[in-house]
Amino acid sequence: MQIYLPIAEVSVNAFLLLGLGGIVGILSGMFGVGGGFLMTPLLFFIGIPPAVAVATEANQIVASSFSGVLAHLKRKTVDLRMGTVLLIGGLIGAALGVVVFNYLKSLGQVELLVQLCYVVFLGMIGTLMFFESLKAIRRASKAGGVSVPTRRKHNWVHNLPFKMKFRVSGLYISVIPPLLVGVTVGVLAAIMGVGGGFIMVPAMIYLLGMPTKVVVGTSLFQIIFVTAFTTMLHATTNFTVDVVLAVLLLVGGVIGAQIGTRIGVKMKAEQLRILLALMVLAVCGKLAFDLLVMPSELYSLGSGGHS
Amino acid sequence: MIRLIALFLILALPAKAEEIVLGLSRDEVAITATFEGSEILIFGAIKREGGPQAEGDLGVIVTVAGPDRPVTVRKKDRRFGIWVNTESVDVDVAPTFYAVATNRPLEEILTFTEDLNTRISTQRAIRSVGSTVEGAERFTQALIRVRAGQGLYQTLPEGVWVEEETLFRTLIPLPANLTEGDYKAEIYLTRDKQIVDFYTTTIPVKKVGLERWLYNLAHEHAFWYGLMSLSIAIAAGWGASAVFTLFRR
Repeated sequence: MQIYLPIAEVSVNAFLLLGLGGIVGILSGMFGVGGGFLMTPLLFFIGIPPAVAVATEANQIVASSFSGVLAHLKRKTVDLRMGTVLLIGGLIGAALGVVVFNYLKSLGQVELLVQLCYVVFLGMIGTLMFFESLKAIRRASKAGGVSVPTRRKHNWVHNLPFKMKFRVSGLYISVIPPLLVGVTVGVLAAIMGVGGGFIMVPAMIYLLGMPTKVVVGTSLFQIIFVTAFTTMLHATTNFTVDVVLAVLLLVGGVIGAQIGTRIGVKMKAEQLRILLALMVLAVCGKLAFDLLVMPSELYSLGSGGHS
Repeated sequence: MIRLIALFLILALPAKAEEIVLGLSRDEVAITATFEGSEILIFGAIKREGGPQAEGDLGVIVTVAGPDRPVTVRKKDRRFGIWVNTESVDVDVAPTFYAVATNRPLEEILTFTEDLNTRISTQRAIRSVGSTVEGAERFTQALIRVRAGQGLYQTLPEGVWVEEETLFRTLIPLPANLTEGDYKAEIYLTRDKQIVDFYTTTIPVKKVGLERWLYNLAHEHAFWYGLMSLSIAIAAGWGASAVFTLFRR
């Protein structure tokens, strides 16, 4: 069934969108990631204008993160104080990101920027995660499943001023690193149309030294507000949020996430991480390939010239 | 402007021997939520006011043009090993949709000068004034090629059926990715490559119902539209979580 998207102004198959939402939902349920980094490129591939894909995806992430954070709030695995600090950084970052996005859009380089961001970040995270989980698997098979905790190293992060107590995380650190992490994630959220969990989670564990159990909940908490803010910015400055597209993706995503969570429970954490790493690298590879190989059509059309 | 003057000249010709009488299968196109594209049937007859039978090769040209919008055409080049948009040309006026249907190939029924004046062929319908980039021609060619690939620009050299030199009809397919606005249908009658009569009418293409409402809301009340999108998202997220916990129990 074809459906005409009022803002994107293209006609797409509704079942294709439901299916995409479902598949990405399954993956996000399995791996505990937002899935924005997969959905946004997929939307590009099926011909949704990049500006609309990025803005609408931000709106969809609000839904999936909200659903996730409720579960974490019940289990008390959200560090609200840390979340708020990250959030302040995130809002500043999102505002910066939308400004950069609009500027590059006028130059005709927004697609390049988005693709480069994807290639760089997906490549980095994918490689790191892949080797890290390989090591974990080897260690597990050697030591019979006993993993050695390596958190809480003292590094430069602990020597900065403006220290603050984060009770839930059991940390007493400067607010500068979490603020910076927040800003980075905010910029990425606005430019790439992702929640940024895949950047924030490793940063929280390795850079801030937060305990793993509060990391996901706290990052989801921050993501809701940053993506909500991004959605509003895109909706009011670019008019690019397509609510029909968002609803179709949501419905598929919500159902997919439930199936995904059930599959995820049955698999081992290291195997899951390796799979996720491979998937991230595959998306990265595809995008890099598109940048490197001569396109079949060298010319592209942009709207309204002079702005 | 040139086009208008040209039309004026045509219309001012005294005592037309042949005149177009026109019909349309529909007088407007509505874009609904399930819009998959459409088609317009344009048909008509050539009315002759007594006098001797006109001579010379008969040509019927039907054009349908969507609203004009400026377009930026960008070209990719290899920089540092990757493909990057480099040069660009701003096309001041390009119809968002353009179809030319004729009963025979256009160059057989219209002189070059008439085409220049009336801007019938696709190349002429696009105008880029004052572009400084060398080879701007390649950019307009690319514009036509890309839009043709999307079904937005169509050349239908045998798309008009003419019967007994009196009745004609043509079917113009409209793709799903239409831009809203007034679509202008023009019908030209030529004899020996010279235009002898001309007829024009507009077909409004507009979003209706939910599509219309959402589009207006998004543009005129962007803040509330954004809030609405967010509340839908939050409601869906909350609903999913509630349903999920229900299933678990």
